[in-house]
Amino acid sequence: MRRYRLPFLPLIVVVIGVLAAIPILTGNPSMREELFLVFMLVTLASSINIIMGYTGYVSFGHIVFFGLGGYFAFYLMQIQGWHFLAALVAAAVPSALIALLIGVPILRLRGAYFALATVGINEATKTAINNFEPFGGAVGMFFNFSIYAQYGGAKAAGELAYYVMTIIAISTIAASYAIKRSKFGLALMAIREDQDVAMVVGVDPARAKVMAYVISAAFPAMAGAAFFFKNGIIEPGIAFDLFRSIESLVMVVLGGIGTVAGPIVGAAAYEWLRGFLITNPTLANFQLFLAGLLLLIVVLFVSAGLVGWLRDRFPILRSYIP
Amino acid sequence: MSLDALIPSAIDGLMLGFVYGLAAMGLTLIFGVMRVINLAHGPVIALGMYVVYLLFTVLGVNPYIGIVAALFVGLAFGVAMYFIAVDRVINQPELTTLLATYSVNLMVIGIATSAFTTTPRAVDISLGSVSLGNVTILGTHAVAVVVAIVVAAALYFFLFRTRTGKSIRAVSNNRAAAELMGIDSRRMLALSFGIGTALAMVSGGLLSTLFSFTPLSGSGHEVKSFVIVVLGGLGNPTGALVGGIVLGLLEGISTVFIPVSWVPVLEYVIFILILLLRPSGLLGSRV
Repeated sequence: MRRYRLPFLPLIVVVIGVLAAIPILTGNPSMREELFLVFMLVTLASSINIIMGYTGYVSFGHIVFFGLGGYFAFYLMQIQGWHFLAALVAAAVPSALIALLIGVPILRLRGAYFALATVGINEATKTAINNFEPFGGAVGMFFNFSIYAQYGGAKAAGELAYYVMTIIAISTIAASYAIKRSKFGLALMAIREDQDVAMVVGVDPARAKVMAYVISAAFPAMAGAAFFFKNGIIEPGIAFDLFRSIESLVMVVLGGIGTVAGPIVGAAAYEWLRGFLITNPTLANFQLFLAGLLLLIVVLFVSAGLVGWLRDRFPILRSYIP
Repeated sequence: MSLDALIPSAIDGLMLGFVYGLAAMGLTLIFGVMRVINLAHGPVIALGMYVVYLLFTVLGVNPYIGIVAALFVGLAFGVAMYFIAVDRVINQPELTTLLATYSVNLMVIGIATSAFTTTPRAVDISLGSVSLGNVTILGTHAVAVVVAIVVAAALYFFLFRTRTGKSIRAVSNNRAAAELMGIDSRRMLALSFGIGTALAMVSGGLLSTLFSFTPLSGSGHEVKSFVIVVLGGLGNPTGALVGGIVLGLLEGISTVFIPVSWVPVLEYVIFILILLLRPSGLLGSRV
């Protein structure tokens, strides 16, 4: 007899949808800002999980796609006068293409070599854009205020960015879920466990890995487009911030690497914790220290993360939390 | 392009290269022995700067004696860090050790920024300078090179001529076989981690006599160390020293021909190309 399975995806969509509606209905802008950031982090963590959690490739400089997407979209909106939504979709294409071009050579590297290569690519991109005048060089680009006028003012533009970020987060989770459930996902996980064996059973590792990499690059690119649209200003230091890249790895590990729910839980928990530490007057000074300590404890003792731990502890949950 | 600018600039780069190389030797030693990329490398370099700075400003200790102190602080710090953060996850995939060392990175930066703030500091020391034609060599630079060479030579003597050093190399080659020969591999791993950290701190101490710094200064040097380590071959200390010199020279020479802001682009492109085309580095990997 088949055990009743909770429909995970519809459930998570409903939860996020309801959550996203609260600040709009109650007119609470600070909660909206907070959720905007959480949805962005969920997108970053979930997409990194596809290449890192499922496939086993630690993409350390994954933020490069967030920055690239932001830059492409910003350029199209500011210089070419494109509409936000068109620019967002258009920005994902070159970002995914770049992922394809660099993915083919660097995914041949294994382990630490791959991780270092992704750091190199992020830093190379950052320093190159620093010198790239069409993108404003080291100063970056900023919107004329009039750009927001076509969306009905800055406030309406902020709300539009918020809706779009919500949809991006939901799409990322849906993609992550679909991949995990698919034959393609099985191929990725086979590569993670043992690439040579995967090859023997008929997986084409090169092809599968590059595909996973391209997918995991497209969503951060769109998140970058939405983030910098709302931000109104973009410069290389914020766009290609290695620290944010590492933060998203931490979220994945905190929540549970290789699970669909893990990055969502991890991103929310991380952001909540950071908010708590920063606003607490006595702890604010030790914010980074405490974050490091917590990370160390998770890495040393709960390496499966929150979701992974729950699944290990209560095996029955495995049917409910993918 | 005149030769007038090229030679001083190249010599400057060469001298800095020795100091970069020293830090990278620490990073590569740790990777070579235990396959761990130490993401706390940058903050450790910064700690070395502050050890020298504090001894100099508070107790008036000569910075070059302060560097000896930094060596021992680094050794103790590295051994402690190994047992606290690395030992338990030493056999796990690279993500785990990356994050474990990164957590130490966060803790050190957290404490250092709240203790020292991010106001730039400097160790104010001048050893005069020697001029030859249009080449001027600052005393501090010259001493930094000498210290870097002495420390590198000492590391070699230790690794190849002493029993403990040979044990470290044995553990690096084959941990299981080394244990069968009666070597306590855990102790050797801890010691290597300590030595790697000590090298980074000494390098930081030397850098503190050359440039001003903040607790965050280490991260730039950390990324630089990554480039050098890959250039010389991951896990190869000689390679790291050579890689440091190559990078220093490259920085010195390229600034004559291209704008300064393009230099890092060139560095990273070389870094990626070497990873892709010759991942064992210019000199091949392993200790």
